[in-house]
Amino acid sequence: MTAEPIQKVSIIVSKGSLEGVYPALIMANGARAEGIEATLFFTFFGLDAIIDKRMDHLKVATVGNPAMHIPTLVGALPGMSSLATKMMNQKMEKLDIPPVREFMEMIADTGCDIYACKATVDMFDLDQEDFCPQVTGIITVGEFYEKSAGASIIFT
Amino acid sequence: MNKELSGTTVDVDAEGYLTDPGQWTKEVAVELAKEEGIELNDRHWKVIDFIRKDGAENGTAPNVRRITKIGGVPTKELYELFPGGPAKKAAKVSGYGKPHGCL
Repeated sequence: MTAEPIQKVSIIVSKGSLEGVYPALIMANGARAEGIEATLFFTFFGLDAIIDKRMDHLKVATVGNPAMHIPTLVGALPGMSSLATKMMNQKMEKLDIPPVREFMEMIADTGCDIYACKATVDMFDLDQEDFCPQVTGIITVGEFYEKSAGASIIFT
Repeated sequence: MNKELSGTTVDVDAEGYLTDPGQWTKEVAVELAKEEGIELNDRHWKVIDFIRKDGAENGTAPNVRRITKIGGVPTKELYELFPGGPAKKAAKVSGYGKPHGCL
């Protein structure tokens, strides 16, 4: 039996670190490139990736991540996160993966809808003007599920 | 695998991508596009011409970001021209293999 091809994905982004955001963006863009419908839903600290004044300054987390192979105390030193971020950004550029803002514009242009989570927006006292222009709207969890009808939901 | 497209015999893989970009001709492109349900117009040709040129220089078909940034074709337009998978379809019509990158 051949499995049904994936028609639609809804990707939830809950983390605001650079390494927390990129996988979701790559997956959303990759879905569209394969002709799969895609929706991005940013919640909790993931909102940093669509907050206009923050999205250009996302950082790699160097503490609490054993796969970084940096001892926690070293990772906590001033400048470590900036250094790791700089290195990752250079690597991304080499791989032709755009910076977050450009990536968001590109993804929006592929026809992927981008939403912010209402509960988090209220919690952080934000409104629509705080977000980059690519954000389609601020929606509740209920609306998120409605829009995700028939989709595979991916939580990152 | 051999295949006859508009009087030219070309080598293709299981998914119908040309295995030798050197066998590509404009007539072949028209046939490959038809297989994808696309009727080529001037806007398509702008994309194809860029892919052919860039591909010849780099040995591989450019990804979407390259087509938009260097080829000057906006992402939105690319998705309109090659619905349901612009990177793959544009590469196919241009006589290149399936793109390997994640972007």
